[in-house]
Amino acid sequence: MPDIKVTPLGAGQDVGRSCILVSIGGKNIMLDCGMHMGYNDDRRFPDFSYITQNGRLTEFLDCVIISHFHLDHCGALPYMSEMVGYDGPIYMTHPTKAICPILLEDFRKITVDKKGETNFFTSQMIKDCMKKVVPLNLHQTVQVDEELEIKAYYAGHVLGAAMVQIKVGSESVVYTGDYNMTPDRHLGAAWIDKCRPDLLISESTYATTIRDSKRCRERDFLKKVHETVERGGKVLIPVFALGRAQELCILLETFWERMNLKAPIYFSTGLTEKANHYYKLFITWTNQKIRKTFVQRNMFEFKHIKAFDRSYADNPGPMVVFATPGMLHAGQSLLIFKKWAGNEKNMVIMPGYCVQGTVGHKILNGQKKLEMEGRATLDVKLQVEYMSFSAHADAKGIMQLIRMAEPRNMLLVHGEAKKMEFLKDKIEQEFSISCYMPANGETTSIVTNPSVPVDISLNLLKREMALGGPLPDAKRPRTMHGTLIMKDNSLRLVSPEQALKELGLSEHQLRFTCRVQLHDPHSDNDTLGRIYTHLKSVLKTYSIQHVPDGTVIVESIVIKVTSSAEEPNLKVILLSWSYQTADSTATKKKKIQL
Amino acid sequence: MKLYCLSGHPTLPCNVLKFKSTTIMLDCGLDTTAALYFLPLPLVHSPRLSKLPGWVSKDGAVNLEKELKECSGRVFVDSQPEFCLPEKELLDLSTIDVILISNYHCMMALPYITEHTGFTGTVYATEPTLQIGRLLMEELVTFMERVPKAQAATCWKNKEIQRLLPGPLKDAVDVWSWRKCYSVQEVNSALSKVQLVGYSQKELFGAVQVTPLSSGYSLGSSNWIIQSHYEKVSYVSGSSLLTTHPQPMEQSSLKNSDVLILTGLTQIPTANPDGMLGEFCSNLAMTIRAGGNVLVPCYSSGVIYDLLECLYQFMDSANLGSTPFYFISPVANSSLEFSQIFAEWLCQNKQSKVYLPEPPFPHAELIQTNKLKHYPSIHGDFSSEFRQPCVVFTGHPSLRFGDVVHFMELWGKSSLNTIIFTEPDFSYLDALAPYQPLAMKCVYCPIDTRLNFHQVSKLLKDIQPLHVVCPEPYTQPPPAQPHRSDLMLELQPPPMAYRRCSVLGLPFRRRYERIHLLPELARSLVPSEIKAGVSVATVSAVLQSKDNKHVLQPVPKPAPVPPSKKRKRVTEEPPEVLNPKPLLSGAVPLEPFLAMLHKNGITEVKVEETADGHILHLQTEDVLIQLEEDATHIICDNNEPLRKPGSELLRG
Repeated sequence: MPDIKVTPLGAGQDVGRSCILVSIGGKNIMLDCGMHMGYNDDRRFPDFSYITQNGRLTEFLDCVIISHFHLDHCGALPYMSEMVGYDGPIYMTHPTKAICPILLEDFRKITVDKKGETNFFTSQMIKDCMKKVVPLNLHQTVQVDEELEIKAYYAGHVLGAAMVQIKVGSESVVYTGDYNMTPDRHLGAAWIDKCRPDLLISESTYATTIRDSKRCRERDFLKKVHETVERGGKVLIPVFALGRAQELCILLETFWERMNLKAPIYFSTGLTEKANHYYKLFITWTNQKIRKTFVQRNMFEFKHIKAFDRSYADNPGPMVVFATPGMLHAGQSLLIFKKWAGNEKNMVIMPGYCVQGTVGHKILNGQKKLEMEGRATLDVKLQVEYMSFSAHADAKGIMQLIRMAEPRNMLLVHGEAKKMEFLKDKIEQEFSISCYMPANGETTSIVTNPSVPVDISLNLLKREMALGGPLPDAKRPRTMHGTLIMKDNSLRLVSPEQALKELGLSEHQLRFTCRVQLHDPHSDNDTLGRIYTHLKSVLKTYSIQHVPDGTVIVESIVIKVTSSAEEPNLKVILLSWSYQTADSTATKKKKIQL
Repeated sequence: MKLYCLSGHPTLPCNVLKFKSTTIMLDCGLDTTAALYFLPLPLVHSPRLSKLPGWVSKDGAVNLEKELKECSGRVFVDSQPEFCLPEKELLDLSTIDVILISNYHCMMALPYITEHTGFTGTVYATEPTLQIGRLLMEELVTFMERVPKAQAATCWKNKEIQRLLPGPLKDAVDVWSWRKCYSVQEVNSALSKVQLVGYSQKELFGAVQVTPLSSGYSLGSSNWIIQSHYEKVSYVSGSSLLTTHPQPMEQSSLKNSDVLILTGLTQIPTANPDGMLGEFCSNLAMTIRAGGNVLVPCYSSGVIYDLLECLYQFMDSANLGSTPFYFISPVANSSLEFSQIFAEWLCQNKQSKVYLPEPPFPHAELIQTNKLKHYPSIHGDFSSEFRQPCVVFTGHPSLRFGDVVHFMELWGKSSLNTIIFTEPDFSYLDALAPYQPLAMKCVYCPIDTRLNFHQVSKLLKDIQPLHVVCPEPYTQPPPAQPHRSDLMLELQPPPMAYRRCSVLGLPFRRRYERIHLLPELARSLVPSEIKAGVSVATVSAVLQSKDNKHVLQPVPKPAPVPPSKKRKRVTEEPPEVLNPKPLLSGAVPLEPFLAMLHKNGITEVKVEETADGHILHLQTEDVLIQLEEDATHIICDNNEPLRKPGSELLRG
């Protein structure tokens, strides 16, 4: 029985380190290859030894697909391809291909240069890894090899994020990566056609949340920022350089313009301008409105938002600073946070999800004293606000996607086990499909039922369609007979006659003759005559012939009457028919046996 | 399968393919050469053009003073320029299901087709094709609406009158199908019917799958594959093998076509684009050095990007770095901006620039350094800002409308200036006719990057289509060079040629159709190996056909007959559906057959050898079985169970 096997190496009942292995139709695909923000040890990367204990992965994987540029989806890529060893194709969209190496290099710098780790991938490895990348366009059907094809769909979430459909023959899997079902200030909503995959693998970060309208959240955000700035406080917004940052920048930029505010807005790290440039060049990946107006006014050219310098953090007076990274686990955002944490006038707004173990996670859970390196503690006095701006689908969105794609089975990854459990029940109830949520290293098998495509000879098909009439009768279906010839990987269905001819075989005639004895005082010929008249009255719709040589022919059945000289009254009726008409003969025979 | 040819123009095609009960229009090009019969539309009042004498026939019998004007020794129509539309009468355009667009030059007639004909289908195009096509349409509309003409000339079109007119008006064909330009509303409505597709995206409707492939000619330009499982039509339109800015042409997917429809070859087969580019640069430099201006009439997208890139490198090396370039068009800014955002559709080289991130085209730098300036029209900022000598890129290349008309009037009188023709769509002599006599220098450097005959014959050798369909002009040498048999298609079998209003039956020989066996049915099959590598299984199944898709299901088990207590002996039952049994083949081997009989409890068998085989006498049952090479005959007293082993043995 054909089946699809799924094993998460990461993101199984967890967020972070997304890496999912899929086996379908004899092909092995790795979906995403991410790192875990919550760990600094071996657990940071997926455990590739699951695939093979010794050596390179190339011969075990047909391709690797990266859904988007977030490090929890691509952070382990250079490690996997250059240090473990993989030389096959890596697929990702153009924007992902452009931005991914920059974030990887950033990640490498923080890990190696700042934390002083060795045995980590190098800049050259990132470059070598990116050479193996094949860019994907939206909706383009990419033939990985003769049987395996993949197709990318728009996923929203971040610039260049894609969902992928993986297809082998008539079996298919869709992997969503991270996606967003509502358009935001800069990106559109995820979309997929009714492709009815055997399995839909979906993220479930917000499995239990149904979020209020985006407008309310935006108003809330602006109000909080405005109030803090008005009373002279400083606002820190930890973000990742690409993605949410651009959305919030557009939001603040238009607000500042409308309200004519003067407090400075800064964006930390030199990446910003570069990042905005990517958005300008990949404008076709943003939402409808931005795309339509970009010639007149490019939304990614900000007037109010300026580059940040480290010294500005100590400037007096209000300001708003966007700083990386988004979970306050390292870098500039953490530095600024440490400086501002002691003043209750200030505020930190966490606009996205924070992984366990990060400073962001701790303060969101209300921790007021933080242990820092070197046994120092930090008092958190500033206001901590959480505002869900991360562009993941909520429960409603996930259900909406299921309705769009109509999968036969569902599998949840990239979420917390408890929340998954809840959503799983809901999905199974509402759609009556099986829903799975394997843990890392656990394999889920899904039995598929693919139909078999075959080449049917046009002659046979046309003959059959002509016989069947324009409207087939559901009560009395016609049975079609054909011969399936399997040769050199091809399957051809032809008429039995053609098959015999093609294969150089001759037909085997099978005839049955049945003797029925009855007493009748008339001559042989008269008996036959009486049978003929009787049959004529009984079988009105059949063609019945009385042939002068002493036979009655009812379509393909031949009837003869003989008698022996000894017993002229004991007539032996010989009924003869061929195997081809055996079924109908049986009925007729019954009728003859009066 | 039929092909209806609605346009005879080889590079502005419009064909309709009927394929598997789907009606597909391939491109809808607008032939703008008809505009050459009209007087130019000046943006600024031109005393010369407004004082032209009207035309009256020599004998004075025909007076069309108001409609026709004599200018520079030729007669022109004084009316808003008109264009030649695809044929609308050959078939009912409301039956069209799909329109496939191959590039933005081949979609200019779209509003005429999708509006006011009852069209309810979908238009498929790539995103650059849609966006740039929209710009070109909007530009055309602006050109026309900026200079409104009060009256439309129609009297001259009367057959009786037209034949009395002087040439070339006398010889203009299909004049009644000429139409004025559409409106912005019609453009918007037409383009709202476009559905975007990406290269190699498989779009299905019914049993037909269409796929656009990169054609290498312009941003987003595509060839199309139209196929079912067993029939494949390739539509090649405007393709290029030269390395310019677009993604290279995808060739291998065109292989194994039953029919290849070939349009859009180069219009100037004798000119080498690289050589022309060199000539363009040297003429430009010569004129600028002498203190003259250079006018380049061109479309607002396409080759202009390459020209700007070429000049970007050339001007500094020629020490002309300070010469300003002006690009004047209502869509100049949009065209330059749009060109930078379609990285996915560009050649590798340009694509990799975006990863840095840098704009893919160097004209961004030209704009930043103020070397290239763009203006929506000659009115406004341009008039106060422009410095001479300079290079002006502006439309329309027909020289009949757009800002170029003004520059012709302005610069035409000085021999210091040069006009350089780069677009191949119009005869430059005809384009210049209403401006004669002209002191300005004229240089003809047509740059047409589309396939030439040499490239196309090599391509066809590689991809080996069974049949080729092409416009008639491709099957003979150009009229001006009748001895150049290398400038035509010579193929075996010869290509099927079409002209405007042709209807061609396309040759297809197809013997198979795709059918799906449901998994339950597939599982029930028992294949047996007949010879090495060949297996056979008998299939008995129920056929279901819907929307040209066929499925085989297992035969449902017959519903049990409802038990009825009294059953008349003679009842008229409806005749049973005749179900033919599967054919049997092969011979019945004697030993296994006996063994099988034995298994079924028949042990007393007398075997008798005959000339053709054996006769078996089953003594207890009083049954005779004749076994021969290709026939078996069972004679018995109505004994059902015996039939089974025999047929099973044969089937297995």
